[in-house]
Amino acid sequence: MSLLSQPTLAHYLVLGAILFAISVIGIFLNRRNVLIMLMAIELMLLAVNLNFIAFSRFLDDRAGQVFVFFILTVAAAESAIGLAILVLLFRNIGSIDVEDLGRLKG
Amino acid sequence: MSFATFVFYAFAAILVFAALRVVTTRNPVHAALWLVLSFFSAAGVWLLLQAEFLAIALVLVYVGAVMVLFLFVVMMLDVNFDKLRERFKSYIPVAATVGILILVEMTLVLLGGYLGDRGGPPPEPGPGYSNTKTLGLQIYTDYAYPFEIAAMILLVAIIAAIALTHRRRRATKYQNPAAQVRVRRSDRLRILDMPAEARERPAEGKEV
Repeated sequence: MSLLSQPTLAHYLVLGAILFAISVIGIFLNRRNVLIMLMAIELMLLAVNLNFIAFSRFLDDRAGQVFVFFILTVAAAESAIGLAILVLLFRNIGSIDVEDLGRLKG
Repeated sequence: MSFATFVFYAFAAILVFAALRVVTTRNPVHAALWLVLSFFSAAGVWLLLQAEFLAIALVLVYVGAVMVLFLFVVMMLDVNFDKLRERFKSYIPVAATVGILILVEMTLVLLGGYLGDRGGPPPEPGPGYSNTKTLGLQIYTDYAYPFEIAAMILLVAIIAAIALTHRRRRATKYQNPAAQVRVRRSDRLRILDMPAEARERPAEGKEV
């Protein structure tokens, strides 16, 4: 049985796909809670990074790992700014519900 | 079933379970902790893929910094999280439909394209191989310019986070150097033109 022998590239890619699908489900499920949405985005980036590293290993090219390094940097910056905006939001309207954010609608 | 396969399936199972708990748990503090567990398991999978530096960086940067930031924010917000989950169950059908569609499509493509022809990984590198050294050589030579851009992005993130959340306290007294420099004599000194009054002379023979 090929599924139980050495883990192949397909194993890792399917694991990344499962992770990505879970985070998409999470964004739909928690579509009122900005905080859990940010966590789901982090999970999505993790799935993408897993794909990069799997390809880097199986194609024997380190460029994928360098790219993951940059993705980690940008993701850290993104979550820092996202959480700052979240705190600001809570300070101003006292809620982190997406439904309360319709103020820019004219 | 080799040891590597066992480790892969163990870490993958923990990773998927923790990810599911992140998106379904009721308490956001627990969600953050489950996210920590999923990052740990992902670091294990990355170790299996011989990306040692990135696995350690994931644990240090994500578990050590980003998740602590998440925890701080979760605990700082005084939000009624149950109210945010009121219609949680009504979102399940569409979420499950979209998620399963994505999963089935990706699995079909990936299994069709990659299961059959590609066998095992390329041969193990030699004894003197160092993942960190290879990565460092690439980052500081071929990718030096993107590396500097990444540093700038981090700087922008620092400034943005501080500028967004910093608030000026109203009761604070502070100096305004520009106004101090611009000041003129007329702002501070007012000369009143008053008529001189006649001096009252004390009467003769009286003690003053």
